Amino acid sequence: MVQFNDPDKLPPKGVRPPVIGPGHDMGTATDRIAGIVLSKHTPLFWFAIVFLAINIVGMLNTAIAWLFMRGTGIWGINIPVGWGFAIVNFVWWIGIGHAGTLISAILLLFKQSWRTSINRFAEAMTIFAVMQAGLFPLIHTGRPWLAAYWLFPLPLTMGVWPQFRSPLIWDVFAVSTYFTVSFLFWGIGLIPDFANLRDSAKSLVVRRIYGMLAMGWRGSARHWNRYETAYLLLAGLATPLVLSVHSVVSLDFAVSVVPGWHTTFFPPYFVAGAIFSGFAMVLILAIPFRSLYNMQDFITLRHLQNCGKLMLATGSIVAYAYVLEMFIGWYSQDKYELAMVHNRLHGPYSLYYYCLVFCNIISPQSLWFNKVRSTPWMLFLLSCIVQFGMWLERFVIVVMSLQRDYLPSAWGMYWFTKWDVMTLVGTMGLFTLLFFLFIRFMPAISIFEIRALLPQSKVKES
Amino acid sequence: MTSEPVYGLMAEFDNPTDLVQAAKGAFDAGYRKMDAYTPYPLEEAAEAIGSHHNRVPLITLIGAMLGMIGGYSLQYWVSVVNYPINVGGKPFHSWPAFIPVTFECAVLGASLAAVFGMLALNGLPQPYHPVFNTPGFVRASRDHFFLCIESQDPKYRQDETRRFLEKFRPLQVSEVPY
Repeated sequence: MVQFNDPDKLPPKGVRPPVIGPGHDMGTATDRIAGIVLSKHTPLFWFAIVFLAINIVGMLNTAIAWLFMRGTGIWGINIPVGWGFAIVNFVWWIGIGHAGTLISAILLLFKQSWRTSINRFAEAMTIFAVMQAGLFPLIHTGRPWLAAYWLFPLPLTMGVWPQFRSPLIWDVFAVSTYFTVSFLFWGIGLIPDFANLRDSAKSLVVRRIYGMLAMGWRGSARHWNRYETAYLLLAGLATPLVLSVHSVVSLDFAVSVVPGWHTTFFPPYFVAGAIFSGFAMVLILAIPFRSLYNMQDFITLRHLQNCGKLMLATGSIVAYAYVLEMFIGWYSQDKYELAMVHNRLHGPYSLYYYCLVFCNIISPQSLWFNKVRSTPWMLFLLSCIVQFGMWLERFVIVVMSLQRDYLPSAWGMYWFTKWDVMTLVGTMGLFTLLFFLFIRFMPAISIFEIRALLPQSKVKES
Repeated sequence: MTSEPVYGLMAEFDNPTDLVQAAKGAFDAGYRKMDAYTPYPLEEAAEAIGSHHNRVPLITLIGAMLGMIGGYSLQYWVSVVNYPINVGGKPFHSWPAFIPVTFECAVLGASLAAVFGMLALNGLPQPYHPVFNTPGFVRASRDHFFLCIESQDPKYRQDETRRFLEKFRPLQVSEVPY
């Protein structure tokens, strides 16, 4: 074994960084990860971040309260652009959530054991991101109390039911199922770790709380057997589910007859984009987390490199989709599709489009270099660029198609307002708040799966 | 020897190899009512105590079927029976449009069944269990491995079973009071 002293120093050529730093046994690994939760000492930066996030959530509350009082007129939406920030943000957040399920389910089925250190917080990221996404369909009419019967099939005296031939209703089912399944996946993963926190906690109150959450888990081999079966089945169910969710989201657009939306390749294009932005978010969270909490032994350069490679792969699919989008516009020889392509390249929002090309196609090419994939700050910066680019992508799709569709007399511009921006930034604050509360009160790395990765955990053949 | 009834005898090991060996030995000696306690899923331990198959997949399948049938019937009843609306000349029973929701409901039913079925079969949540009375059992969720032969087993004899377990060189063998 090669020994590394500096966790961020690259090993010699031909040797891959380890998945777990050297010198750990089950006890030390458990103590390090559980220590974040059980420690009486809360680091100062945690208070600083949570304080900042709470203030941003205050801004979100203000923006939403004003929306409910005045209606959607405070936003920039109008005819012809009736879909603005709300749907852009919805698609962006729901896309971010996709990497969590990809890491926890798809990589599990492919037996990629390196996923173990990052799956827990990637799942948490999924849940919190889907919460932000879910906020927008609820508030986008400015009348959230109406959402109940518009979205869900409720037996009310009016006798009105949702329209099941509409992709918007498929979306409700897809997103709410996705949230529930992600939550279950995350929840059953936490049970054995809660049992560990219960057993290691010093204070009676803490022990009681984690004891209740652990539900009496005792690590019985018969229980583990059923547990592993259920876990694998959930992974198998979550895999087609995650692909279906963003496909259904893309159908919200593709089923319509708006130029630039009405294409059959939207589902795979959206799924690839979702995973692309999701991995960017995993890196945005993992890189500060591992240095703030000194978790370089568990989230090693190997994880960062692999996330970088996955970003490069999904980013290339996205780049291909951008090219195809242009090609289909030209190949169709439909004058409205051609006008859409022209509008992208030379229209009033073309700057957005060129920014998007830079963020999502050009900048990820740096990932071909091992140096970039192995340098945390470069990956962090790149992930932020990609995240911004993916938001722009949704903006370009939504706004640029709506602003100029068929009749030039019905064309118009879309100017977002400060309330739009406050809502978007506010959801980022809420996401950060939830994530840092999670890190403080729940094990952010799956402890029992880390134990199973250690060499000591294998049964020796006699 | 105490006259108080006990839950069983618990042997503690510090590595998985010894535990699996002891579990295999106990199974071969004819003990059936026993359980291993490990800090992470150890397939060999479950095999050794004779726990091979479980009913979680069946429950999941039932959940998936119920979700699927429920989702489809909901859409059929709403769109054909209770609230038929002509949308673009499509038939009321436009089944291709009903597939996405049917699929999502099937996944939802299957996932709920898998998780809650697993918890129910495991008898969780369980507020009290005698194995937690074992001295040092807190390490079962950390880095130690335990094997418990329960007093309900027909072959269980306090002294004999203790001597049997000690053959496998555990760190200690302790009685588990109820």
